[in-house]
Amino acid sequence: MTADRSLVHIAIHAAFIGALGFLPLVSLPIMGGVPITAQSLGVMLAGAMLGPVRGALAVLLFLFIVALGVPLLAGGRGGIGVFYAPSVGFLIGFPVAALVCGAMMRVLRSQPIFTATLVSSVVGGIIVLYAFGIPGIAIMAETSLPGAFAGMLAYLPGDILKAFATAAIVGAVERGRPDAILSRQ
Amino acid sequence: MIGLYLEKRSPLHLVPAGWKLLALALASLVLFPLRDPIVLLACLAVSLSGYALLGRQGLAALRALRALALILAFVLGLHAVLGSFQTGLLVALRLATLFLLASLITLTTRMDDMIDALRPVLRPATWVGLSERRLALAIALVIRFTPVIVDMGSRLQEAHRARSGRKGHVKLVAPLCLQALNAADHVAEALAARGGAAPELAGEPGGTGRLEGREGDADQMDTNR
Repeated sequence: MTADRSLVHIAIHAAFIGALGFLPLVSLPIMGGVPITAQSLGVMLAGAMLGPVRGALAVLLFLFIVALGVPLLAGGRGGIGVFYAPSVGFLIGFPVAALVCGAMMRVLRSQPIFTATLVSSVVGGIIVLYAFGIPGIAIMAETSLPGAFAGMLAYLPGDILKAFATAAIVGAVERGRPDAILSRQ
Repeated sequence: MIGLYLEKRSPLHLVPAGWKLLALALASLVLFPLRDPIVLLACLAVSLSGYALLGRQGLAALRALRALALILAFVLGLHAVLGSFQTGLLVALRLATLFLLASLITLTTRMDDMIDALRPVLRPATWVGLSERRLALAIALVIRFTPVIVDMGSRLQEAHRARSGRKGHVKLVAPLCLQALNAADHVAEALAARGGAAPELAGEPGGTGRLEGREGDADQMDTNR
């Protein structure tokens, strides 16, 4: 993979994360009045497909463009304001989640792709992401950690579904374009 | 894809982007320890007056910030459940003030000024060999490709609806991903055909080797396929 191809793949994945926020493809049933966004699906996909470094770079590129004022976050949000919302911990956790997800894919390279992606998405996209997001809520909204955790429980089923979706999608992409799963090469 | 920038002449547009970002950082430092609801209300009024300064368009932009209402409802709801409603009100006031201030900066700062102001943050990226040219290309690609991928997604959805009569499905993300990857290949090919996003410019030391590098890139791409 040349540096230029690598750059284009990173950019396309960043655009993919943005596009998922606009498509109602993955709008899961609304729970507790808080819509579940597909964007963390994009983060899991970036890590699982691009590997740790490129995956994290794709997410960082996405966040940088959001900070510049392009409304790429779900619901047409963007600008610096999004970094002042209680969910800022999740935004900070996004690149780390992609990094860990990609690294787990490397570790589980010899496992079947569905299992490897599922485990990587759960560890990177749920455990690591929540480890950043929940303290973020606790600090920004001045709640206790258990309180913030309780507030997040409504999202957990959706995120588990997203991990399964990531595994199914990466499996399908591997059949069509094995060369695009950079994390397993 | 349209940014959130508001084309207008106002005193806020004239302030350099770096100063605005610095002011925001200072405001967050000052606001976090504040516990007096009346002072916080005054701060909220100050940030709202910034929108009033932008005239009718500013007030329209304010109405467009529905996300804020959702955030505040989440915070108030969480505190109501936890039995600390007063803290919830303080937090909601502070978050609203900071969110409105930050959004005000985005509204009144052009995107290239913002990139210039954020350049120090980007410096670590140049240590790992990412030149500003490549970063600019990456930003342009993302902004160009997001609507393209959204469009691909809506087509897939329409086709799916025509076949099954049902709305979109998560399964459609897989073909969408494949289509986006094919598009990525076309872009990479087009880029290679134009000499690539070469970080070094002609005339720089080693600039003579550029043509060879170009062919080398193309060869490498062939072996990768």
